Amino acid sequence: MEAFLHQVLAGLANGAVYASLALALVMIYQSTHHINFAQGEMAMFSTYLAWAMINAGVPYWLAFVSTVLASFVIGVVIERAVIRRVANAPVLTVVVVFIALLVIFNSVAGWIFSYTIKVFPSPFPSQPLFGPYISTHEAGVVGISVLVLTLLYLFFRFTPLGLAMRATAENPVSARLAGIRVGWMLALGWGLAAAIGAVAGMMIASIVYLDPNMLSGVLLYAIAAALLGGIDNPFGAVVGGLAIGVLENLMGAYVVGTELKLTVALAVIIGVLIFRPTGLFGRAFVTRV
Amino acid sequence: METKRWLRALALAALAAAAFAGCGEQSGYEQGVSDTEIKVGSTNPYSGPASAYGTIGRAESAYFKMINDRGGVNGRKINFISLDDGYSPPRTVEQVRKLVEEEQVLFLAGTLGTPTNTAIHQYVNSRGVPHIFVNTGATKWGDPKNFPWTMGFNLSYTAESRIYARYLLENKPDAKIAILYQNDDYGKDYVEGLKKGLGDRAAKMIVAEASYEVTDPTVDSQIVSLQASGADTFFNVTTPKFAAQAIRKAYDIGWRPLHILNNVSSSVGSVLAPAGLEKSVGLITALYFKDPIDPQWANDDDVKAYTEWFRKYMPDADFKDAFNVSGYLIGQGVVHVLEACGDELTRANVMKQMASISDLQMPMMLPGIKWDTGPEDFFLIESGQLARFDGKEWKLFGEVVSAR
Repeated sequence: MEAFLHQVLAGLANGAVYASLALALVMIYQSTHHINFAQGEMAMFSTYLAWAMINAGVPYWLAFVSTVLASFVIGVVIERAVIRRVANAPVLTVVVVFIALLVIFNSVAGWIFSYTIKVFPSPFPSQPLFGPYISTHEAGVVGISVLVLTLLYLFFRFTPLGLAMRATAENPVSARLAGIRVGWMLALGWGLAAAIGAVAGMMIASIVYLDPNMLSGVLLYAIAAALLGGIDNPFGAVVGGLAIGVLENLMGAYVVGTELKLTVALAVIIGVLIFRPTGLFGRAFVTRV
Repeated sequence: METKRWLRALALAALAAAAFAGCGEQSGYEQGVSDTEIKVGSTNPYSGPASAYGTIGRAESAYFKMINDRGGVNGRKINFISLDDGYSPPRTVEQVRKLVEEEQVLFLAGTLGTPTNTAIHQYVNSRGVPHIFVNTGATKWGDPKNFPWTMGFNLSYTAESRIYARYLLENKPDAKIAILYQNDDYGKDYVEGLKKGLGDRAAKMIVAEASYEVTDPTVDSQIVSLQASGADTFFNVTTPKFAAQAIRKAYDIGWRPLHILNNVSSSVGSVLAPAGLEKSVGLITALYFKDPIDPQWANDDDVKAYTEWFRKYMPDADFKDAFNVSGYLIGQGVVHVLEACGDELTRANVMKQMASISDLQMPMMLPGIKWDTGPEDFFLIESGQLARFDGKEWKLFGEVVSAR
């Protein structure tokens, strides 16, 4: 029983990691209807920026805020400089561009920062609050995910900019007719996603150690989480992430064995796409023909 | 009738091709060698998931650069062509064919990775290209009967496991062992070696096994399961990142088994320091070369020479990364073999010299751990010495153990 509880809590901690990256995926999907395969690598790269600053003696929170802002700018620049040019290209072209970004960020990070693992500091105290089962940092990651989610909700629900972004995603043509600068809204979406990714990266790095391949595996779980929760629903992404984390641990420990843990995530992706493409909390699309 | 004629034509074509291929190798020097140059080929993962090993290839190149700056070997410069295979077997095949057929290297040295080398194993042996200092610990590289052109570099994973098994049988015969291993050839070789080493006691002593995939974000769940098994001994067969995670997690949840860590992850700078030095106290591993940042070697001549080379030829690399020592050692090995060949630079002679290394104490190898091969013995390094981590450095204990 104790081991069971332990597995659930360790699963929640992993789940918070998946959830935070899934949030970034959902952000981009909401504004562009693409899944950005380079999301994980962009977040990893942002984390290296933070690491470099902290190593140079910048205080943690200052480095944190600067990294989030810098990542926002990088996201906007990528959208304006790269993605914009393939906006009207077939989906396959866009996918190839995403994969190219993935490889570029991965290799550049390795080239600049080398491949040895780096310790990334945690802003939370190291004394465990909840006994040996879950570290304060892991609990903190769950808290940060919820905080980011709340901020996103408030932003989209109560600010004019948030409204404009939602309008752009729903119906770009009408949005443009209403005077919204659709192009900039898409760039903003990329910026926000990159900023959320940076937060996720900085939280995750303290748990898994920072290296250029830190998020390549996590991205797969994040995609499963985002799909399970509904790819257009930030709340669903967080619930999906936590659910995948716990499910994966319990299945691995008690049912299918550790060899098939990853398969569980893949089975979830396929299962959701076949039986409930909108996920648990996604909205069904009805198109008039 | 028609098929018969076809077959005959095909056979003729094959004969002609074989005769043609044979031609190039008979004239004067063998391919890849001239009065001023020797071409040596290699593949390394400079990109992709295993790119942490890329630094080994860079260290090899840097070592040959030093040798060339000093005039090369017998007046010939070493032209070391090390290509990126991204740790992907199909690309290894492509790159090695390029090295052998286009660049016409004399031999291959230090090709890295178990799956990647497996993909070229048949090819290099059928072409008769020496494939030496293969940089992985799999056991299959020491098979002179079936693969006379291939010889490995590292202490094999199974041999290393046998050293641990012997230690446990002697010092903790009632151990309840839990194993965490990477779910591939590398991990399974270690598990297999331990089981063989424990013999018929294996079934009783091993109480839990858990595997992980390289795509797993953490191994926390596995550590929790292994602790719950009630094991008092933990055999940790993981690559650096996961090793650091496992050491930290086991400590954080209050599990204090006798913790045996595979040599792959024994680097103080790139594994134990990130895991937390205080959390690593008491770890046991088998070592065979000197870790340059280990304070006990601070005044050692080998390490001084290594440091001097490193500062001059790899100024941008990470000194803490012990992988660089592998590259340095392989570089030395290649130079040793070339020197032994003298002016008879043929593929057959390279292999002959590789298989006649006797009781050789190489710089940067631990004292007493010697290189030794023979026509029937294609294992270069076959011993190790156990060491315990005291919070600052690996303290060697016991004798040098042969795993022969």
